[in-house]
Formats: sequence, structure tokens, C-alpha cells
Amino acid sequence: MPSFWSDNLPKLGQMFAAIAIFLAVLTAIFFLAGRANGKRQRPIAIVVFLGPALILLLFGLLGPAIRTLLLSFKGSASKHWVGFNNYQWLFTDPSMRIVLRNTVFWILLTPIITTGLGLLLAILLDRMRRESVAKSLIFMPMAISFVGASIVWEFVYKFANPNQPQVGLMSSIAHHLGFEPPNWLLTQPLNTFLLMVVFVWSQTGFAMVILSAAIKNVPADIMEASSLDGASGWRLFQGITFPMVRSTFIVVLATMVVATLKLFDIVRASTGGNFGTSVLANEMYSETFIRYDAGRGAAMAIILFLLVIPVLVYNIINLRRERTIA
Amino acid sequence: MSISKRGLLAGVATATVALVATFVAPAAYAGTSAAACANVGSGYAVQKGKTVEVFTSVVGDELTRYAKASADFTACTGIKINWNGSDQFEAQLPVRVAGGTAPDLALVPQPGLIAQMVATGQAVPAPSAVVNNINRYWSKSWRNLGSVGGRFYAAPNSANLKSLVWYSPKQFAKYGYTVPTTWADMFTQSDKMAAAGQTAWCGGIGSGGATGWPSTDWLEEVVVREAGATVYNNWIAHKKGAYFSDAPIIHAMNTVWGWMGNSKYVGKVSTIATTSFQDAVTGIPSGGCMQLQQASFIAASLPKGSVVSPTGDAWVYYLPGINPAVTTPVEGGGEFYLAFNSNKATVEVQTFLSTPQWAVSRIKAAGSNGGWLSANSGVPAATYSNPLDALSAKYLSDPHSTFVFDASDAMPAAIGNGAEWTGFTDWFANGTPVKTVAAKIDAAWPSASN
Repeated sequence: MPSFWSDNLPKLGQMFAAIAIFLAVLTAIFFLAGRANGKRQRPIAIVVFLGPALILLLFGLLGPAIRTLLLSFKGSASKHWVGFNNYQWLFTDPSMRIVLRNTVFWILLTPIITTGLGLLLAILLDRMRRESVAKSLIFMPMAISFVGASIVWEFVYKFANPNQPQVGLMSSIAHHLGFEPPNWLLTQPLNTFLLMVVFVWSQTGFAMVILSAAIKNVPADIMEASSLDGASGWRLFQGITFPMVRSTFIVVLATMVVATLKLFDIVRASTGGNFGTSVLANEMYSETFIRYDAGRGAAMAIILFLLVIPVLVYNIINLRRERTIA
Repeated sequence: MSISKRGLLAGVATATVALVATFVAPAAYAGTSAAACANVGSGYAVQKGKTVEVFTSVVGDELTRYAKASADFTACTGIKINWNGSDQFEAQLPVRVAGGTAPDLALVPQPGLIAQMVATGQAVPAPSAVVNNINRYWSKSWRNLGSVGGRFYAAPNSANLKSLVWYSPKQFAKYGYTVPTTWADMFTQSDKMAAAGQTAWCGGIGSGGATGWPSTDWLEEVVVREAGATVYNNWIAHKKGAYFSDAPIIHAMNTVWGWMGNSKYVGKVSTIATTSFQDAVTGIPSGGCMQLQQASFIAASLPKGSVVSPTGDAWVYYLPGINPAVTTPVEGGGEFYLAFNSNKATVEVQTFLSTPQWAVSRIKAAGSNGGWLSANSGVPAATYSNPLDALSAKYLSDPHSTFVFDASDAMPAAIGNGAEWTGFTDWFANGTPVKTVAAKIDAAWPSASN
């Protein structure tokens, strides 16, 4: 199609021009900063290196965060101050309580299951024959987006009217085993756990790969020494392997906790948050962009933010401790 | 929910391609053309060099069809029409009006925005020629939709119809069923289907984050059929006597429950909550289920190879009325031309856009796929090349039709996209009592200012 190139060549040209201008400006700044000497050298260097990052942080992170905080104390159209009304609603509304309950379920269960399963697989597969083949297969779901994974699993959970053929995998299996399948995604609280399965299926491979790499990093001489001392199996794992991969395990666990907190796609694509499966991130979106209640949406964003903080703090403390040991 | 929201992908694509597209009617004025004037009608004064801007939310190919359809008018009168489309129409129009740069005409897609614009004092009532046309060619309910405070402002442009029931002519012929013309007949026949072990009604309200919307249409159809347009519009406005918990709406909800919440007709009711609205129609050609209330766009979700025709795998009939006092109840959508000045050229364009001649040329510009309907009763049925359009237009242009807009679209988002969707989904999933569902939705109604 000729119009494709005639449309896009100028855009490509503009893109390269923009990159060139950006580089030219950077070079000029660094050149000028490099020429400065004496007393002014240090402050200039600080401004040149820290300035852009600070400006970006200010406009990209701090500004929006403060605005969200302010919005969370305002009404649906952000016109009037409503005090803590949005937060009160968040913790007292019966349907919101289910949302909070689900969010807690997700945070408590999925990271541990995913990371634990990943560690188990990493150990079982370690030095197995055709290890890479097995690992690639387990890692593969990671390449599918959550929305794609949800659609795949929808075919597993699909339920049809009893007089129609059951095309859903689980319904069909139940049917062939001779009992009437339940409408999986409608059965509470089973449906929340069924959605967690999608997450675990998709993320276990990631945890496995990272932990497997950590296990391979455990020095062979330590392993050898401990086996000479008679350690094997469970003893070897809890005495040597796990302590050696502990920090990696915690990083993966923290990553999973954060991923679970902002989990949105699986719930939205599978049930739309109906049937008692909604989680905070999904409600945050619905309130803000579907029901146009910016106040409630912002309040939920703040709660999510507060929930993430301890995980991040623990992660940072842990990293620092590692550094001092090393 | 309007069909345009359904086609989110298409919408996004269109928006990406043409953020703001502007088309000017291509035919340059070169003296009055007799051939063109024959298609436009008489009574227009030639006004060389005048341009009238029509601001609209229509963009892309659809907008070029508007320009094409108005080419004869330009050739005849010398007035150019600047079809100015923006996908930010609803946000920009109030800004332009407040800023003193109002367009000559705006193609407003919802009655609420007409009232909002009239409240600014910038919009002008329709000129007498347009009033004559609306009285002559449209039903009273259309006139009311274009009126604010008893004064008529805006004549309709296109219209669409939701009040359709999909069925399979082949399956109906096989079992000796006929197309029902009354609500009672429809259920006598549904009883027969149930007795024969068939699923009389298909249903699915699953739609990801918008799950529940098809069930709001079912209730809307029943409310207008039982209680008429006045109660219906009061319901949208949340006026006392027409709350969800008030008698007419509760009655309508019970009617819906006896229809789509009736396991005799639909099988396991809770399955409706987990079936996607697209999947609901797939049982029609095979007779897996026999009827589905849904607008015409659902044809795209029929299984591949299905023949959509009055004798084929799938076709539609008009969802019959209930209360004889409510004549030809029709639920759907449409847009209106609102003027912001009474310049001679603006009046002339506004008048032309309210004539059958305009509607006919716009229908022809849509080509064989159709998709552009008018509720103008002056449009001959033979103008439509798409038979589905012809069938829909028959009810839309009925001079006695009781036309109402999609209520969930017109209600505040907290209700129309919020409490009503989740409440109805819960209703179908768990069989929650009607009164509980209604009370919850009423409780969620937002206060006037927040």
C-alpha cells in the first residue's frame, strides 16, 4: 500500500529528528557542565544529573499522588469536600467489604502459592534430564497476557444450560463423571479461587525461572561439603539451599504481592467483578471510569498505595542487609 | 447502552485514524444545477458563497457520506456545508458555546445535551419551516424529544431501533410457529415451545466490565410498553412516582422476571448472568433456543454462514406492545440538529436537513450495506436497500410511534453504568427479590451536586 509509506515516512523522519534534537541538547548541557570548574562545578553537576530525574518525579509521580490524595476527600464530581466519607463508605459498604475480603484472600494466598510452587518446581527440575524443555513449557503461560489467559480459562470454566452440550472443560469432565457441574464462575467463594488459579498458572513459571537461577548460583563446593557431612534431601534444602536463595525468594514473593495488589485484568476479563469476585484495583477502575465517581476511585487508589508500602519497605531493608553482609 | 459503545474497538480505531477530521462538501458551487435541485426540493433561495458549519461527533468514512449526501444541496443553493466532525464533540460543544464560537448547527446525539445547550441561552428555537416538517413527518414523541420547556428546537437526523426479537425463520417453519404480533400471542407461543421441550428464549448479559447491560434493555422495553413515554422519561429523570421502587417500575421488573427470569422459557436462569451477550444469539439458527431480544448489531455474532433473511437462519420481528394505550412502543437512539443562530443560510440548511429529500439522499449515500435509518415518515420504504433497515424504519417512522431513548444511557453513570448493571446481574445470578434489587439501585442514585 503506497499510502502506508507516504503516511509513515514523514512520521519516522520526525521521530529521528526528535531523537537527534534530544541528543544534541543533552550533549550541549553535558559539554557546558563539563567546562564549568572551580566552585561551581559541584552544584552544576548535581543539577545536571539530578534535575531531569527530579522534574520527572515531581510531575510524573509526586504531583499525581498528591492530587489523588486530595481527590479522595472530594465528592464524585470533585466539587465539594466530603471529609472521610469515601473512606467510610469503602470500609462499611457491604459490597465493598466483599471486595476487601477478596483482596485480602488474593494477597495472602496467591503470592505464597505461586512462589512456593515455583521453588518446588525449580528444585524438582534442577539437573533433571531435558530440564530446559520442561522449564520452557512451564514458563510459556507467562508469555500470555492476563486477559488472554482469562479468556483461555473461560473455556475451562464455561457452563451451559443443562439441556445444551457442556463445552467448558471442567463442566464437561464433571458431566462425564456423572454429576451435574455447578456454574463455576457463579459459585461463591469458589469463583475467587478459580480466578487465582489463572494467576498461579500464568506466574509460576516466572517464579520458577528466577529461583532456579538462584539455585544454580549456590556454590558447588558448599553443596559438596554438606553432602560429605551427610546432609541430603530435606536437610540439604533447609540447611543450605533455602538460606542461600532466601533473598531471591523474598524478592519474588514481594513482586508477586505487588502484582496481586494491582491485579485487575483477570477479574475484569473473567467476571467483570460480578458474582462477588471483585478486587480493589478493579473497583477503583469501575468507580473512576465507569461510574464517574472520582472520589471513591481515588480513595481506593490511596488504600492500595498504603498496602504496597510495607512490602516495598521490607524489600528495601532486606536489600540493604544483603549489601552490608556482602 | 448505544451500539456505538459496543463497537469499542471500531471506535478506538476510528478515533486513532481521525482525531479531528474535517470535510467540506466537495461540489464547488458553479451555478444552480437543475438536476441537483430536483433531488433537493423547492423553496430554497440561492445564497452564493455562504458556508454553514455542522459540528458533529461523526468522523471518518461516515462523515464523508454526509458530505456526499449534501452535495446536491450545495449544487442547487450555493450554500456549502462544512461537516466538522470531532470525536471530542460532547466535551467541545459546551466549550465552544461558552466561548462564543458556537457552530451554526450541532448534531446532538442525546436529548440531555439539547436541554443543556438551550439552558445556555445560545441555542435558537427551530424556524417555522422546520416546525412544519416535524409536524408533518415525525411522531409526537420525536417532537417532544427535540423540545425544551414546550418549545421545539431540534429536528431528528438518523434513528436506530432496539425493539427487535431475533428468531430463526427456518426453525419457526419447521415447528409451525408464526411471528407473534401481540405480547399475549408471543407468550402463548413461548408456552408451546416450553411444552415441546424447547428453550423459548435465549439470554446472555455477560459483557466483561459492562456485564448486565442487555438486561437493562429488557426492562426498558417493558417499562415503555406498560407505562408509556411519560412514566419512562420520569423514570430517567428520577422523579417521584417513577423510582425503581415505585409501582410502575416494580410491575415492569416483575414482567421481565416472568419472561427472561422464567426457567420455563430460559432454562437455568443464572446461566444468563454468565453467558456473554454475543454467545446468546448463537443458538438461534440451530434452534438451541428460539428467540432473543436484541438490537440488529448482534447479527455480527451469528455463527459463520448463517443467512440473515426472512426465510433464512435468522431474522427479526418487532417486539409487540403490551398496553394498547401505548401505540407502537419503540426503544432506540437518534441525533438532533440544534441551531445556534438564525442566519438565512443556517435556516435553509436546517430546513433541508429536516426534509425527506435529505433522508433519502443520506440513505442512498450509505450504499447497499445500509445502516442509516430515518424516522421521517416521508421516506418511501423502497429507499432502503437493506431489508433489516426497511423493517426497522417501518416502526421508527410510524406516525403513532411512542419513541423513547435508551434509559440506562440517559441516567447518571452511577446508575446507568453502575448500580443498574451490577444490581441486574445479581438479580439474574442469584434470583434476588425484585424489591431488594430496586431499593439498592434507588439508594445508589447520586445527589444533584457532588
